[in-house]
Amino acid sequence: MNNPYLPYPVRIDSVVTETEDRNLKTFKLVFLNPEDEQKFKYNPGQFAELSIAGLGEIPIGIATSPTEKGFIKFTVNKVGKVTNHLHNMKEGDIMGVRGPLGNWYPWDALEGKNVVIIGGGFAFTTLRSSIVYMLDPANRSRFGDITVVYGARSPGLLLYKDELAAWEQRKDINMHITVDGTDDPNWKYNVGFVPAVTKQKAPSAENSYAIICGPPIMIKFTLPVLTELGFPPERIISSLEMRMKCGIGICGRCNIGSEYVCKDGPVFTLEQLSKLPNEY
Amino acid sequence: MSDIYISRGKFPEIIGQLMARYRVYAPVLKGEYHEFAKIEKTEEADLGYQNTRLSPKGLFHPHAERMFEYSLVKDDPQAGILKEAPKDFSPRVVLGIRPCDAKAFQLDDVNFDTTAYQDPWWVRRRQTTTLIGLACNEPCGTCFCTSLGTGPFDTAGLDVLLVDTGEGYTAQVLTQKGKDVVGITSGWESVSRTVSEKMEGLRKSAEDSLGRQFDFDPIKQKDMLELFNASFWDEVQFACINCGTCTFLCPTCWCFDIQDEVWGDKGDRIRLWDSCMFPLFTFHGSGHNPRSQKLQRVRQRFMHKLKYYPDKYHNGAACVGCGRCVKFCPVNIDIREVVRRMSATCVCPA
Ligand SMILES: Cc1cc2nc3c(=O)[nH]c(=O)nc-3n(C[C@H](O)[C@H](O)[C@H](O)COP(=O)(O)OP(=O)(O)OC[C@H]3O[C@@H](n4cnc5c(N)ncnc54)[C@H](O)[C@@H]3O)c2cc1C
Ligand code: SF4
Ligand code: SF4
Ligand code: FES
Repeated sequence: MNNPYLPYPVRIDSVVTETEDRNLKTFKLVFLNPEDEQKFKYNPGQFAELSIAGLGEIPIGIATSPTEKGFIKFTVNKVGKVTNHLHNMKEGDIMGVRGPLGNWYPWDALEGKNVVIIGGGFAFTTLRSSIVYMLDPANRSRFGDITVVYGARSPGLLLYKDELAAWEQRKDINMHITVDGTDDPNWKYNVGFVPAVTKQKAPSAENSYAIICGPPIMIKFTLPVLTELGFPPERIISSLEMRMKCGIGICGRCNIGSEYVCKDGPVFTLEQLSKLPNEY
Repeated sequence: MSDIYISRGKFPEIIGQLMARYRVYAPVLKGEYHEFAKIEKTEEADLGYQNTRLSPKGLFHPHAERMFEYSLVKDDPQAGILKEAPKDFSPRVVLGIRPCDAKAFQLDDVNFDTTAYQDPWWVRRRQTTTLIGLACNEPCGTCFCTSLGTGPFDTAGLDVLLVDTGEGYTAQVLTQKGKDVVGITSGWESVSRTVSEKMEGLRKSAEDSLGRQFDFDPIKQKDMLELFNASFWDEVQFACINCGTCTFLCPTCWCFDIQDEVWGDKGDRIRLWDSCMFPLFTFHGSGHNPRSQKLQRVRQRFMHKLKYYPDKYHNGAACVGCGRCVKFCPVNIDIREVVRRMSATCVCPA
């Protein structure tokens, strides 16, 4: 019997500090056994449990796209026991990955549609995965316009800065990067909160889906903007977070009403959420 | 296979025959209360018990279970790589379990054994265990099994059902597993007419003593949010001290935590029973807690059993009416009262 609690052993291939406050690092992981990589087939929007022997496991969104082969990446914010320890680990260290877990953004439904991606802070990880996936030459024609609104408190807190700059140069994606404020005279992009920038750029709701991930406050103020733009609740998609352990719907920890965020989620439409208790 | 009978005097021989071939678990008196434990001598099994205080869920889902082990020795190439912890899955007989508790395992199966994922330890133990139940001739005042689709003589979750008819036990063999286990024992007789009539009488008086204490069905029809937002939760939660006794004792409360423990340069990943009654259960690393209030946690426990589980699995309530939570709650919170409130026709929103 396959044991769904057993992590695949992986080696840390590189560690990149993403933000100037040094609270976010991206870990590039390589499977020790090639057959495990074959088994780890994922879709953008899924997550995995990162396992550190002696410390425990943490659920983290998969930041790479399945179109990137040979490794997987996770961007981790330093908050508590496991994340602090992980931040002190180095290239070459051995750890574990269990997954892929959860559902994913509805790629079948998104086919042929315009996709508006709205992200805030460090919740940009699975959105990065999604953008890389859609921009892949094999996939780009399957989607209509791609619009991205991504904000952070200051320029130094944006993730994946090199990629953002590269996407800015492309014609097949509309990038709207924004910061709450900056004293950098060379800042080329927007200044303002994500809801305001979304309102100003007003991506069309026609034939479009919106995917929104970020701090609760950002989501709270952006949802009315999307509704005003004409996005119906069944075409607004979000990814939720709950404290997790098993990640497979068994330990009973992460439910919202009848749904387990780890297994039935983490991706839900606003319409689905409207039928569940507001307890997250 | 028709029912069989054995006299009380010869029954220990049956237990002995089982012990020669299987690991046998039975109710054993420990201090003031009975609990299920592996027996080494036939006389340790005490089938004169009413029920255990702690449900027997630990037979399949131990209170603390080592999942994996690993080395943390610096130069060990296997350091930090998790290995399955060895476990004994040799065939086992659980003797004298109550029908409600056996039924509870079936309700739990839906959680542990799904199409997407199978909990390997739960499933293996279920596969290698035979349940020989004991009908309840005298249910307690806190029992309400018949109101939730099971009962004192319910065979649904069992492989064999024993009935204590005073001078002896009848056995009804229900499954192939049951047949295999009974097949290795000898000394049984056929059931006489008097014994058979006596058994029927016991069944009837046990069932009648329970009666129907509420109607669960209206809850199924109700809207989840209507129940979630009902005003009665404030009264239900008022006296609760969040001790977690209810979830600890309950046969259908399976929630667990996973923790790592390190002993020198070795470590274990273990799982431990946990409880939705504790604030830490849902506490995010960021400090946010979606169920920081006691009311939210009390509501979660009842809503999970009586609304979320039924809605998700269409398998009835996640409660078998064993009455443990009613009997041992220090402040007398009674799930039967909560069911009545939840199923009442006028649930006024807060
Ligand atoms: C689906 C999902 C995707 C996530 N993606 C990311 C990501 O891409 N990057 C990132 O930095 N963070 C992400 N998080 C949050 C991350 O899981 C927590 O910050 C992390 O578990 C905290 O662990 P800790 O040991 O440092 O904290 P502690 O406070 O010491 O927590 C102890 C344990 O509780 C559990 N836990 C605590 N907080 C959370 C939480 N918010 N969510 C789930 N489990 C928790 C974990 O098992 C953790 O090990 C995600 C959470 C979920 C549910
Ligand atoms: S046993 Fe009673 S007081 Fe204790 S947590 Fe349960 S309902 Fe609350
Ligand atoms: S909720 Fe109470 S009565 Fe129901 S199965 Fe659990 S302990 Fe028994
Ligand atoms: S994390 Fe265990 S049920 Fe979701």
